[in-house]
Amino acid sequence: MDNVFVYCETEGAQVAEVSQELLTKGRKLADELGVELHAIAAGSGLKGKVESQILPYGVDKLFVFDDPALFPYTSAPHTDILVGLFREEQPQICLMGATVIGRDLGPRVSSSLTSGLTADCTQLEIGSYTEAKTGKEYKNLLYQIRPAFGGNIVATIVNPEHRPQMATVRSGVMQKALFTGSARGEVVYPEVGKYVSPEACVVKVLDHHVEAARHNLKGAPIVVAGGYGMGSKEGFDSLFELAKLLHAEVGASRAAVDAGFCEADRQIGQTGVTVHPKVYIACGISGQIQHIAGMQDSKIIISINSDPDAPINQIADYVITGSVEEVIPKLIKYYKKNSK
Amino acid sequence: MKLKIVVLAKQVPDTRHVGKDAMTPEGTVNRAALPAIFNPDDLNALEQALRLKESCPGSTVGVLTMGPPRAGEIIRQGLFRGADTGWLLTDRLFAGADTLATSYALATAIRKIGDVDVVIGGRQAIDGDTAQVGPQVAQKLGLNQVTYAEEILGIRDGKATIRRHIDGGTEVVEAPLPLLVTVNGSAAPCRPQNAKRVMKYKYASCPLERPAEDPRSELYAQRPELTLTQWSVADIDGDPTQCGLAGSPTKVKTVVNIAFQAKESKTLSASDADVEGLVKELLAEKIIG
Repeated sequence: MDNVFVYCETEGAQVAEVSQELLTKGRKLADELGVELHAIAAGSGLKGKVESQILPYGVDKLFVFDDPALFPYTSAPHTDILVGLFREEQPQICLMGATVIGRDLGPRVSSSLTSGLTADCTQLEIGSYTEAKTGKEYKNLLYQIRPAFGGNIVATIVNPEHRPQMATVRSGVMQKALFTGSARGEVVYPEVGKYVSPEACVVKVLDHHVEAARHNLKGAPIVVAGGYGMGSKEGFDSLFELAKLLHAEVGASRAAVDAGFCEADRQIGQTGVTVHPKVYIACGISGQIQHIAGMQDSKIIISINSDPDAPINQIADYVITGSVEEVIPKLIKYYKKNSK
Repeated sequence: MKLKIVVLAKQVPDTRHVGKDAMTPEGTVNRAALPAIFNPDDLNALEQALRLKESCPGSTVGVLTMGPPRAGEIIRQGLFRGADTGWLLTDRLFAGADTLATSYALATAIRKIGDVDVVIGGRQAIDGDTAQVGPQVAQKLGLNQVTYAEEILGIRDGKATIRRHIDGGTEVVEAPLPLLVTVNGSAAPCRPQNAKRVMKYKYASCPLERPAEDPRSELYAQRPELTLTQWSVADIDGDPTQCGLAGSPTKVKTVVNIAFQAKESKTLSASDADVEGLVKELLAEKIIG
């Protein structure tokens, strides 16, 4: 009872990186609360393959649900597993990735258990809360901190009365680290049929197609990112050229993705990927708060913008006031000239 | 087969085009500066619903929304684009709802509407970006759910075939009705307003939207289709303790405005000398390789 649970997402027998990031965060929360960290993996062909990807992050107990009906993921069977297990285990916190799966599963589970769920948290902390009306005090609640209102404000959300306190977190927001302390590392393989009824498996996946990641934006040491100011899909070609020279990855703002200049999987910001590169080159990005939320931890920020008052300039180390059409070819030219 | 289709739509502040006046001098959100719009993903959902209606003759599309009386505009927008009817949930008891309390209200209203085959909503609303309400409504009604849909390919023998987006790829799934689908903003855009329908429905409104001394009261008496359905908690036989703030397990502890720590920055021009100087500096300090 009262433990911290992390739902570990799998593609085949591969555990998602965001789940490992959450295990690291979950371990810290469990230590602070003096409880155990438990993990759940549900899929097909997991036994003997996922344990080594999950236990090293400090897991005390891992529940592996292994059945052909559990992969590819569909909503109802995975919901039944979590709801059934949570009724038995009564966890106080449940974390999952703010991925397509996590955002499909989390709300369904929270609705079944009538517990609160906060999406896309950027920080998770433990703290107390006093209800204004009744004056009732709650200790050791999970602070679910997230941007809201298009990223213009940051709200701290609590679930005083309902358990588990559920939160989703996007990939890259937390940092994973192997656990150096000691954890119990128990693994159990519950009988899936006890949790999932055949009627839950009526949605059929006719075709499931996942491509290997086309880029490693999250782990790239240098990111060249383009905004609406790049003007077109062709405008982004110059960013790819610059990125290739610098061994960088190309990212984009939401405005550029919405305009069709760049694929959605390269979007950086509150509703995209969070990056922590050594160098971030922002090209034609005005710097809406929701974008800055996903790149503000970059060590060095270079902003290229024709508007000297672009908000992103405030957090930049170098500001080049000029058009991207003029500056980017020059960067390419002078890098080629001086790098050898 | 004839389908009864309900579209979930929300009126939202346009957070995507936040101008410099979006925040008040006191640092709070200036709602007046943000126009209220039809949530973008919900328009994609409406389009899928209208296409489904066309492919299954005899089907109907209704728009269900929750909000203050002015959210009647969402139903009008739906009618202008091809919806047949709509329902506005409006009551002070609905106010302050988190996603769970919102889904309770919507699910209760859908039960009241009755015999619904397909519920379609946008993946998420731009004021919260949670994507939670769709799956929560599905759970409450015991419906199958397919989220992140790009296109409803067809419905045959009581089963829908849907192409959906997943992380790093796509899926095609087959799901039996009754079903709830959430649609991505990257799905087909919604058709424009139809001029004839705008003429027909421009005065359609909910009773609460109308002034006390309504100059059009005679028109409304003659044409009952111009009076949109408006429901309170009591009208849908809702439990007030599960609605609004009272029915919300999540509470907002604090809200702070974002202020980024401004840095001391080096400002350069686009001149050749400045750009080359920067490249040399970055190379010399091994910031770039």
